[in-house]
Amino acid sequence: MTEGEPLIRWDWIASHLDEFALRLAEHVELTVIAVGVGFVIAFALSLVILRVPRAEGPITAVTGTMYTIPSLALFALLIPYTGLTILTAEIGLVSYTLLILIRNIVRGIRGVPPDVREAAVGMGYAPREVLLRIELPLALAVIIAGVRVATISTIGLVTVTSLIGQGGFGFLILIGIQRFFTTELIAGAVLSVALAIVADALLVLLQRRLTPWARAE
Amino acid sequence: MVSTRGATVEFRDVSKRYPGQLAVDRLSFAVPAGRICILVGPSGSGKTTSLKMVNRLIEPSGGSILIDGQDVLAEEPTALRRRIGYVIQQVGLFPHQTIAENVGTVPRLLGWPRERIASRTEELLALVGLEPARFARRYPAQLSGGERQRVGVARALAAEPPVMLMDEPFGAVDPIVRERLQNEFLRIQRDQGTTVLFVTHDIDEAIKLGDRVAVMAGGKLVQYAPPGELLAHPANDFVAEFVGSDRGLKRLALLTVGGADLDTGVDRAGVPSHAPVLSPSTTLRDALARMLASEAQVGVVVDRDRYLGVLTLSTIGRMIRDDM
Repeated sequence: MTEGEPLIRWDWIASHLDEFALRLAEHVELTVIAVGVGFVIAFALSLVILRVPRAEGPITAVTGTMYTIPSLALFALLIPYTGLTILTAEIGLVSYTLLILIRNIVRGIRGVPPDVREAAVGMGYAPREVLLRIELPLALAVIIAGVRVATISTIGLVTVTSLIGQGGFGFLILIGIQRFFTTELIAGAVLSVALAIVADALLVLLQRRLTPWARAE
Repeated sequence: MVSTRGATVEFRDVSKRYPGQLAVDRLSFAVPAGRICILVGPSGSGKTTSLKMVNRLIEPSGGSILIDGQDVLAEEPTALRRRIGYVIQQVGLFPHQTIAENVGTVPRLLGWPRERIASRTEELLALVGLEPARFARRYPAQLSGGERQRVGVARALAAEPPVMLMDEPFGAVDPIVRERLQNEFLRIQRDQGTTVLFVTHDIDEAIKLGDRVAVMAGGKLVQYAPPGELLAHPANDFVAEFVGSDRGLKRLALLTVGGADLDTGVDRAGVPSHAPVLSPSTTLRDALARMLASEAQVGVVVDRDRYLGVLTLSTIGRMIRDDM
């Protein structure tokens, strides 16, 4: 920060709205792909765990270990293989969503009351229909709670991918640091936080919309 | 009102073995179409296991179960279950579906047209005493325990099944609600003509609801008889103890004043005026209670204004003794 420079230069912000919009689009794209792909993989692995309970230990151990790898190190290690690409970013982002998503999908489905499941089977639901029509809807609140946590942490992590040429709002933070320009740094951070809050609120609304029976209790 | 015809249900030498345990041991009995058969016994007697083998939630290890002469093992399980009503103690209503959706479950699985499901749902809610306009769009969490169990019965009857399985359906509600649900159940069962297999550990419930009672112990059928027969002639000490030392009194609940030998030699004017007035349809149990409560020790039996005679305590006593 140069002497006499204000913490935030509002005129700079006003003249960079176009760039914010561009970074917002990037940030949302990186997040949506990460949570979407992460959900598909987590859902498949959850079904494996529900069918073969012995698989739970190994799957939790692997996804748990992935979760502990420092993101910076993971991206750096991937660069030789996948370069400074969106693929590198997504491999890292997706792996961080798995642990929380798997945990909530499995817990949600296991939390379906046994009498409800027994009634469904006893009335002639096929196993697949039990999953789709009974277990998934009833697990939805717990599953969406997992998606909320995964989404918020992914939005934060996306900023780190600026170091490998991606980053959304993280790009603003990185440039801000390199140029000792606090306005840009703060703008990037605040916008990232705001996006996380908005995304979380949207997911809460989605959950209320999808689980009208929960309000009846 | 749609009236379904019940199917016969027959167990032939049915067994269920688990590692190190014989849960059901060569069970054989037949339930006539349209009748209520109660499976009763202490916990671990194999009654619930037997029930769940009918709709193949549990697969038998040996023997066969026939519904209208057709082996249940010959049919695909989901198709079989859709034509057998199923009611469990915890009800198992789907919390995310409205009452109407819950009741329409099996018709929906069977692919009935939407209008037919809607009219059947409305008819069933009315049948179990839940006003459709008030209840159809609510969720299960908004209902009381008794109301939920009524929905459970309506849901089981939705596709007019020839057979209905009920696993301690009234076990989780308070005694007053249970009594009302039992009475409604009897009315509905007569109305629909469904064959019912009903599990309970409560001998009083078995006697009240059963056309036939199957007493089970240790996986075996100990006695299979109508309730009156069970009370009058228990097959062995186990059954005698299970039905209770007050089985004579319980039996009185199944007999009516009309079936007793009345003393016709007494003129009406000679009977104490405070003696209770009984009708021929009064149960002997109620008659006894009212006679003991009055100082008269006798009851005046009147059929619509027409005096039939007096009922004495010794007559009731003789009926208990003679039959046993």
